[in-house]
Amino acid sequence: MVARSKKTTWWVTYQMNKEKRVPIIPAKQKLMALVILAIVISLYYLASIVTNSSPARLINGIPHIFEFVFVDLIPPNWSYYSRVLPPLLETWNIALLATSLAVIFCLPISFLAAGNINKKAWFYQTVRFLLNVLRTIPDMILAVMFVAMVGIGALAGVYALFFFSLGILVKLVSETVEAIDPGPLEAIRATGGNIFQVVWFGALPQILPQYVSYSLYVLEINVRASLVLGFVGAGGIGLILRQQMSLFNYGNIAMIIFITFIMVTIIDTVSTSLRKRLV
Amino acid sequence: MIQFRNVSLTYPNGHKGLKNINLEIKDGEFVVIVGLSGAGKSTLIRSINQMVKPTDGELLIDGENTLKFSDRRLRSFRRNIGMIFQNYNLVKRSSVLRNVLAGRLGHTGTLRSIFSLFSQEDVKLALNSLDRVGIAEKAYIRADQLSGGQQQRVSIARALTQKPKLILADEPVASLDPPTSHAVMKDLKRINKEDNITMVVNLHAIDLSMQYADRIIGLRNGEVVFDGPASSVSEQTFEDIYGRPIKEDDLVGDVSNE
Amino acid sequence: MSQLDINNMKNPKRAKYWWTFAAVTAFMAILYYIAFTETRLGAQRSIWESGPLLQRFFWDPFFMPEIHAKIPDYFGYMIETVAIAYAGTLMGAILAIPVGFLAAQNVGGHFSFIGKGVLNAVRAFPEILFAIIFVAAVGMGPFAGVLAISINSIGMLGKLYAEVIESIDMEIISTLKATGASKLQVLVYGVIPQVLPEFSSYALYRYEIDVRSSSVLGIVGAGGIGAPLILAANNRSFEEVGMMLFIIVLTVTVIDLISTNIRKRLV
Ligand SMILES: Nc1ncnc2c1ncn2[C@@H]1O[C@H](COP(=O)(O)OP(=O)(O)OP(=O)(O)O)[C@@H](O)[C@H]1O
Ligand SMILES: [Mg+2]
Repeated sequence: MVARSKKTTWWVTYQMNKEKRVPIIPAKQKLMALVILAIVISLYYLASIVTNSSPARLINGIPHIFEFVFVDLIPPNWSYYSRVLPPLLETWNIALLATSLAVIFCLPISFLAAGNINKKAWFYQTVRFLLNVLRTIPDMILAVMFVAMVGIGALAGVYALFFFSLGILVKLVSETVEAIDPGPLEAIRATGGNIFQVVWFGALPQILPQYVSYSLYVLEINVRASLVLGFVGAGGIGLILRQQMSLFNYGNIAMIIFITFIMVTIIDTVSTSLRKRLV
Repeated sequence: MIQFRNVSLTYPNGHKGLKNINLEIKDGEFVVIVGLSGAGKSTLIRSINQMVKPTDGELLIDGENTLKFSDRRLRSFRRNIGMIFQNYNLVKRSSVLRNVLAGRLGHTGTLRSIFSLFSQEDVKLALNSLDRVGIAEKAYIRADQLSGGQQQRVSIARALTQKPKLILADEPVASLDPPTSHAVMKDLKRINKEDNITMVVNLHAIDLSMQYADRIIGLRNGEVVFDGPASSVSEQTFEDIYGRPIKEDDLVGDVSNE
Repeated sequence: MSQLDINNMKNPKRAKYWWTFAAVTAFMAILYYIAFTETRLGAQRSIWESGPLLQRFFWDPFFMPEIHAKIPDYFGYMIETVAIAYAGTLMGAILAIPVGFLAAQNVGGHFSFIGKGVLNAVRAFPEILFAIIFVAAVGMGPFAGVLAISINSIGMLGKLYAEVIESIDMEIISTLKATGASKLQVLVYGVIPQVLPEFSSYALYRYEIDVRSSSVLGIVGAGGIGAPLILAANNRSFEEVGMMLFIIVLTVTVIDLISTNIRKRLV
């Protein structure tokens, strides 16, 4: 026993010295951080293999991109604008109509999807569930489905973006509805008002600014989404974009991108400044 | 006339809010209900227009048992009862006039009301109600631009616009400073006298209760523990109702009349 | 009671209100007139006759052995999709940090407008246009998708990061500076602990968005499940489309759930 304890003295001393080191970050937390970092990095490693996008390739790719942009894309084929404007107008119209429909239909649904108005738990949960599913469907897939249903053309695009933006808008608006002050609703119920009057006089004025603001926001989203609808035959600028791409007509593509960029920027700017004034 | 007959109320969570209440409130009375926080004052007052529904007993108003009413009948019954809340419960972003016109909703068809097609009489009535509480000039201002006292007057005007036979007020002055509290209480008292509208008011403050009430009802743990004319009430009565000595907080403080 | 004449009251804002109302109505009327006259909204088939089609999308795929046989393939594409989003979001989230700092008023100072300008320009550019450019520049495949996703993520995350940085407690920074800490030390001890939870939370949120985006990038040739999906749609084999849609919905839902859970713990 004695010999053995002598033999291990250094070890004990070492342990004691080690004990004296006061850790700055608790060991457990440090380990946790390391584990998280390891997971993030190994997932990235896997992802870069699957997508063939190692950091090296990313860096090597940059000159290619610049070369493409400055040699192939620039200058745009300016005279092509007359062919761009009509489908671009169609793109805008699709976004406008789809947003308008969504703005109208979202109101009743938003109240059904708000726990403080719709008190029937099963009904509320069902509405929420359906909306959650709707919001996981990408816009382009909706477009594919509606092209199959009503045929090629702008109408399919309107339907697709209507459902797409309905999901977003109802979520935003119903959250606003859930945050309203219940006092006025109660006061109106106490005067003998029915459910429509409670909503119209008590709830609607409270959500109106956000409602308008979200509607504009959804218009911005729809304008972007409508650009590619044409790739699957749902109308708008995407159609000629796909044509020109398959012809490798980079001058024309650049012109399409350029005009589109201007339109998106103008709509965004107007919409953003309107929204700032609202809330 | 309001008659409580063995009225009890159990909340869904099992809490007994009211226990076997028997009361009779005559037309034109100014009744103040007092009691500690949690005694059931709000529950009592809100059960009169069934914002919460008693679970037992009979609640007769002008001889009719209101607890048996259908939803539709209940709404038309509520038309004739004004209600005033501690937090005013105005739609802050709407104009004062629109808030006051909410008092006519029960008398206006849904479609008409949604398009704001109130009759001219209703608009005049609303303005007149505002005038009676002294803020007619604020009619077109947004409600959130008024002071607390002014907002409470708007909510009184809203109740008046209902042309009620009865006004329920749940701690109408609890958020107001002493001079404003007195002013609002005076408005209520004046309306009570001039229009012979029955008033049932919850109050925290002892001095306000004694000053404005015809009759005081004391509640403790959901039971009526005192009921008598205000003239018969002394500090001792309150100590009995509260079950503890009177404190500074129980008074608003005397404010010399303007 | 008062000197006001109730019978002759006027809403002082009424005129202005009606003018605004009329102007907005007229403007909207013009927009709708253009929309309805310029855009052909005819249907080749009535939407009410879509019953059998919907059945092919949402019901039949689950009962067809030949579709079942393809499920492993579809999951392969979905993994590629998720990987594109992951690589893209992570790249974007890392690159957004320097840009975000530059764009933050309290760090970038006079230069913050440069960072803000770059970010605004990037965000004004729709994602799918980036994807198109990258497909043309580096060829078809997931690599173009990763590039498109990361550029767009920089746009959004850079802006959000800048807002987080602008809201940090500057007192702590000054205290650290007062103790004689170097710039790097201030960053490590003063800034990073304050911003890291929000940064990670926003990055996760962006990942949820990017999974949805990357599932359609394939439509322009930028990899992921979008490519086989559009192919199936062109061949009118809607059972395949339905099954892929089901897999997308399932994956997106699971990822949303996990990500929301982590984000709740972060902040
Ligand atoms: N919706 C409810 N569900 C369950 N219990 C409730 C509910 N509302 C009130 N209570 C309970 O009923 C009792 C009486 O509440 P009430 O609001 O009537 O008290 P109060 O006398 O008005 O008090 P205060 O002066 O604080 O307003 C309290 O114990 C309260 O917790
Ligand atoms: Mg109360």
